[in-house]
Amino acid sequence: MIFGQVHGTAVCTIKYAGTEGLKLLVVQPLNKKLEPIGALQVAVDVVDAGIGDLCMMVRSREAALAMPEITFVPVDLALVGIIDELIVRPDGDFDYTLRSGITHYS
Amino acid sequence: MILGKVVGAVVTTLSHPHFDNRRLLVVQPMVGEGEESEDEFIAVDHTHAGIGDTVLVNREGNGARQVLNLPDGCIISVIVGIVDSVEIIE
Repeated sequence: MIFGQVHGTAVCTIKYAGTEGLKLLVVQPLNKKLEPIGALQVAVDVVDAGIGDLCMMVRSREAALAMPEITFVPVDLALVGIIDELIVRPDGDFDYTLRSGITHYS
Repeated sequence: MILGKVVGAVVTTLSHPHFDNRRLLVVQPMVGEGEESEDEFIAVDHTHAGIGDTVLVNREGNGARQVLNLPDGCIISVIVGIVDSVEIIE
């Protein structure tokens, strides 16, 4: 699951059977510092998010499984949660490098 | 599965029912020396991990559905272990 921010809406009149009634939002994927990563994408909203909301999204087959009724639909990005609070430690706090030899973590 | 470090926590009130009563943590994948860091992601906690823990994360939907006992669950990443030690022999 990844972070995102809603930037707008998308409307489709002609679409695949089973995807009627699904709300499409234009979202910007973000990293943990809430900086944009990559291009804008379209996600199907299942939680009634609005423009500007910080959200959680799920990709691949699991995005289609998040749909409310028909789950065998061509959807690869679903907006599954609105983030109220985010706690992230700064980069310097932890070491993400796997070093050779034995490393004990606890 | 991948090794990662828990660097944060996420709180949502409005979310898909599959996320009800589940803890969400921000995981930063661990990388080898000299390698570029990968993008962090959100994972559902299944092992009572906390910020600072080194964890084992399943990033595949079928495994996640099995672990969480949700046959049609829309969850990909699940923390399935807390790592005590890692040995890398080069």
